[in-house]
Amino acid sequence: MQIRPILAALRRHRLATMLIALEIALACAVLCNASFLISGRLSAMHVNSGVDEASLALIKLTGFDDAEAVDLNARVQSGLTGIAGMQSVTVTNTAPFADKVGTAGVTTSQEPGHPRAIVDYYIGGPGTFEAMGLRVVAGRGPQADDYHSFIGFVPDNAPVLVTRALAEHLWPGTDPLGKELWCDRLHFRVVGVLEHLVRPDPASFAPNTAEWTVFAPGLPGTKLAGTYLLKADPAQLPRVLREARAAMARLAPDAVVDDEFSRPLSEMREARFRQDRAMAGMLVGVICALLLVTALGIVGLASFWVQQRRKQIGIRRAIGATRRDILRYFQTENFLIVSAGIALGMVMAFGLNLVLMKYYELPRLPWTYFPVGALALWVLGQLAVLGPAMRAASVPPVVATRSV
Amino acid sequence: MFGYYLDLALRSLRRNRMLTALMVLAIALGIGASMTTLTVLHVLSGDPLPGASSTLFYPQIDPRDMDGYEEGKKPPDQVTWIDGMNLLHAKRAAHQALMTGGAVPVQPAQSSIDPFYSDARFTSADFFPMFQVPFLYGHAWGESDDDAKARVVVISRALNDKLFGGKDSTGQTLRVKDTAFRIVGVIDSWRPNPHFYDINMGNYSGLEDVFVPLTTSGDVRLDHNGSMDCWGTGSGDDDHMETQPCVWLQFWVQLDGADQVKAYRDYLVHYSQEQKSLGRFERPVNVALPGLMEWLDINKVVPGDVRLQTWLAFGFLLVCLVNTVGLMLAKFLRRSGELGVRRALGASKREVFAQLLVESGVIGLAGGVGGLLLAFLGLWLVRRQPSDYAALAHLDLSMLSITFLLAVGSSLLAGLLPAWRACQIAPALQLKSQ
Repeated sequence: MQIRPILAALRRHRLATMLIALEIALACAVLCNASFLISGRLSAMHVNSGVDEASLALIKLTGFDDAEAVDLNARVQSGLTGIAGMQSVTVTNTAPFADKVGTAGVTTSQEPGHPRAIVDYYIGGPGTFEAMGLRVVAGRGPQADDYHSFIGFVPDNAPVLVTRALAEHLWPGTDPLGKELWCDRLHFRVVGVLEHLVRPDPASFAPNTAEWTVFAPGLPGTKLAGTYLLKADPAQLPRVLREARAAMARLAPDAVVDDEFSRPLSEMREARFRQDRAMAGMLVGVICALLLVTALGIVGLASFWVQQRRKQIGIRRAIGATRRDILRYFQTENFLIVSAGIALGMVMAFGLNLVLMKYYELPRLPWTYFPVGALALWVLGQLAVLGPAMRAASVPPVVATRSV
Repeated sequence: MFGYYLDLALRSLRRNRMLTALMVLAIALGIGASMTTLTVLHVLSGDPLPGASSTLFYPQIDPRDMDGYEEGKKPPDQVTWIDGMNLLHAKRAAHQALMTGGAVPVQPAQSSIDPFYSDARFTSADFFPMFQVPFLYGHAWGESDDDAKARVVVISRALNDKLFGGKDSTGQTLRVKDTAFRIVGVIDSWRPNPHFYDINMGNYSGLEDVFVPLTTSGDVRLDHNGSMDCWGTGSGDDDHMETQPCVWLQFWVQLDGADQVKAYRDYLVHYSQEQKSLGRFERPVNVALPGLMEWLDINKVVPGDVRLQTWLAFGFLLVCLVNTVGLMLAKFLRRSGELGVRRALGASKREVFAQLLVESGVIGLAGGVGGLLLAFLGLWLVRRQPSDYAALAHLDLSMLSITFLLAVGSSLLAGLLPAWRACQIAPALQLKSQ
């Protein structure tokens, strides 16, 4: 295929050529960045919680007096354990994707100062750690004599476990076991490192800080009451939770069941990321509409060109060009224009990404998006031009002998 | 002449339906997407209290100790109980209210309704006149109720409907956390957007259901919600909130006119100096007095996602317009022969240009109608989203007119280049080649 005649022909349609290239360029810029945004949302949605979500549910009670707390814990735990299929009922302050109750800054030295990290504390009564199914990668999990009653926001001097992500942030490159942490005047010592444990509300934190959490053992009491982690076989969980909620009217008639956080963990995960899912859906919609409009634009202009060049096509056919040659001509022409558009589009995509990085704190666009975006637009261009090009190929040679 | 051009435009558009449909579709898609996102942005960045917002201000002072002091940083977003009470009792503004959010257990008298939690606002009396809250029944409580820590409550229309079937409930009793409150007023439908007076509670959350005097809420030990920032010996311990070095209350004032604003700012400086000489404040005097709209702006109330969507939609509109420019170019150039005849018969370049622009205007109008339908569809989709602002997404009259202006304007803009190009053809050449 000779490219020079095509270029010569395009030079006669400079304006239209430039418009298609510009359209492709804009589409390329938006396509690359929008897909990058989608992938960011999707990876945030699929964050590893570190706990056995499928078989866990939470029940949260509010509206009881501190004085009743100990009694309430005992009543609820013993009352719910009897439900058929219930594997365990333990007291916790919260669970992944549930209520945000223990967010605070930590420092790695006793001197008050700027917090090194904003973390979420999980405080679990005996059995909670095991029920969650947390995996320890170094050190040990909480032992029976680690649980003490406490009066502060978190048990003071507690032997805590931190996630690997938090350990690498606080003490990069060193062994976190035995290290000390302070939260204002509360002091903790790290005894173990968790593989994963996500914050209750990862969606509102930067993705790299989604797992900055600390697990502290504590005995249920005034400061740890009202929130219960239920564990059951995933297939039985909905029924167990339903029965547990029904039992609350009998076990704690004065307390109010918090509907929002008295649900299976998997349901709460979905609720946490509903906004992200909606945004990703909207972006997919924009991309589809964008590709559709671009394709229609190419179809429109290519059809116009085919009609305009009917006579030339006829002459070419009359002097020996095959249908295949005509088809190739229009396909090559489209390929050249789209390539020019892509080249410009890459620059624009990069520029757009810089703007997004500045105003929306997005990471840099990985280079892999460029070839994929280019490929998508090439395919789109070829598909769009196929119809008009086939019509051009079917122009009979006899047209050359007719006047218009 | 315009009528004739219109007739010509319609004829020409009918001649090539496929191309016309493509152009109208492109404009409609672009306009539909832009208007959907623009409407959401418009609703979210709207004025919560039209007419009154320019007189409302949010005083900020810096009562913290020197720990972590950095020069040039803004004072805290809220005030302590002591400062709030001092400023409240100083009465230097036309109206002033000190408040915080909370959640209270409501225990209905009917046994058929289980106890439930309601969002509450604990505030001083001026909240209602200052924010021009409309009342369905009864009235607000007075300052004397604040001072007496009276067990009075104002409830929302929604709660009144739920508990009293919509009847006038003033004078009746509402049990909250085992305490009997006398209902003095019922607020009519009122939902300022954004929820400006306390953006900790969700920027676009609805109205609270229960309003209790701030002093009473402390007395009855109702749990407050929201953000709290402590320093020094402050621990956020609920039992001693009145003396803790913690900021957790919002303070609003109404100031009429620039003189009052200046006087109030001076007063805040003076107050800070006084507290510093008393040894309560340690930092250099640092005050701010943003107006309501400015305050919303500082706190970036409009969600980033919504802005991003708007930018994306306009990027999309741009692609649609470039697409339309290309198609119009094809369409106009195809009619070179016809235009050549018109030129040869005496039409000036200008007249041909006008004719072509009328044609692109017609396309824009048709695209606008399509775009409007798509925007209605888009807003319906937005309303089905889970965010707290979703229910607010409705097209109002101003957005409706903007839709058509944008559609016709952008299609005229898109028509300029092709029309100009089509005017450049030499009539003689066109006639000859026929």
